[in-house]
Amino acid sequence: MALNPSTLKPSILKPSALKYRKSLFCKSIVALALASLMPAAAHAHRPWLLPSSSNVDGKDPWVTIDTGISENLFDVDNTGMKLDGLVITGPDGATLQPDATFVGHQRTSIDLKLAKPGTYKISIAGESVMASYKLNGEPKRFRGTTEAFAKEVPADAQELQKSITFSRNETFVTTGEPNTTVLKPSNIGLEMIPITHPTQLFAGEKASFRFLIDGKPAAKLGLSLIPGGVRYRGVLNEIRLVTHDKGEASLIWPAAGMYWMTAAWPERTPGMEGQGPGQGPGEGKGQAQPARRLAYSATLEVLPQ
Amino acid sequence: MKLHHSIALSIPLLSTPAIAADLSVTVTLPQLEVAAYHRPYVALWLEGADQTVIANLQVWYDLKKRDNGGAKWLSDMRQWWRKGGRDLQLPVDGITGATRGAGAHVLDFSSAKAPLDKLPAGEYQLVVEAAREAGGREVVRVPFNWSPGASQSEPVTVNGKEEIASVSLQIK
Repeated sequence: MALNPSTLKPSILKPSALKYRKSLFCKSIVALALASLMPAAAHAHRPWLLPSSSNVDGKDPWVTIDTGISENLFDVDNTGMKLDGLVITGPDGATLQPDATFVGHQRTSIDLKLAKPGTYKISIAGESVMASYKLNGEPKRFRGTTEAFAKEVPADAQELQKSITFSRNETFVTTGEPNTTVLKPSNIGLEMIPITHPTQLFAGEKASFRFLIDGKPAAKLGLSLIPGGVRYRGVLNEIRLVTHDKGEASLIWPAAGMYWMTAAWPERTPGMEGQGPGQGPGEGKGQAQPARRLAYSATLEVLPQ
Repeated sequence: MKLHHSIALSIPLLSTPAIAADLSVTVTLPQLEVAAYHRPYVALWLEGADQTVIANLQVWYDLKKRDNGGAKWLSDMRQWWRKGGRDLQLPVDGITGATRGAGAHVLDFSSAKAPLDKLPAGEYQLVVEAAREAGGREVVRVPFNWSPGASQSEPVTVNGKEEIASVSLQIK
């Protein structure tokens, strides 16, 4: 990845990552981490939110959500997610603040007291810009937030190619009786609306979902489900689904575990292509970037029978 | 086994490859329907029956990345890495190569060249490990008997689960 380090402006970096800018090696890691905020761009880094449990009971229920942008799913091996776009919605629809956060080098964590019974949604969403342009004939690249783009890329940039990705990463947690207030669509970007309650998922049982793009059914959208534990299992066991005309898809959960669901629009080069001797998907040069990309991920816990 | 016959023949004809027992290996990498596909890193090596490493045969990794950046994921081939991959100075002539895509890859290892030229007769395993960025990792072992300059063998095929479709080995 040819990324000019000078375009890695502090405004788009986690403060904790800044001190590592000296090393070229780490620069490339940071660059990769940023790129991963745009999963549609076919990078291996995966953004995830991992709740300590999707169902918490007891007198004083708390949940801890770890987040990471990692090479290996749910492994703490790279960097945590920024919490700028964190939105926690309570069972009554109210927006909540986390009770504590921890920003570590490789992980960001959120502690949340589940004060009211019902279902909570924890979401990290935001826009990022990827652009290439020329300035006085010199080719430049930019990756970062919309605000940083407005500040740093001059208005007179030539041959500007810009792609904005809106990504949403979320998970659901219930204490007491599950409810559905947080499952209502926002009608912005790509989102998954659970038909089967997302904290009531069991191995061997069927679950259905509806995908929406700006509130409209996302038909023929490919989505992927990967169970955690790849490190010890070896095989990925990825499940690929495609939504029907109404944007819905369903499956019978093969086993209990934490599953990472992802979808992206427009879809990348289909997985079967690029596996020959040529380029991998998304690695092709000269492909025009669509002006708008959408990405979605959710962590869903499937419990044993 | 026509052992005596073969040895007798091979003495005056040492330089004739048709007689030499070469190791022919076919590694088949699967087509995977996944959201994020990167071609796998693959290592092939020889082990004794007790699983000690005898020699590296092949290491396929991303050679194109700037500043040898592709070396970063070599350790994802965890068995190969712990069994000496860690200490290997890459690239190695004749061993390292670029990653390969899905399909059957036929590799011939000549008994006239290292490491087979000095390989004593005995029981061995061919080990193939594949690790894919954003994917899984898998090891396939194919046991075989090696007698230098000796008989041919029927191909033996061991199937993998996900990251390796199959590995076939034939002495011919």
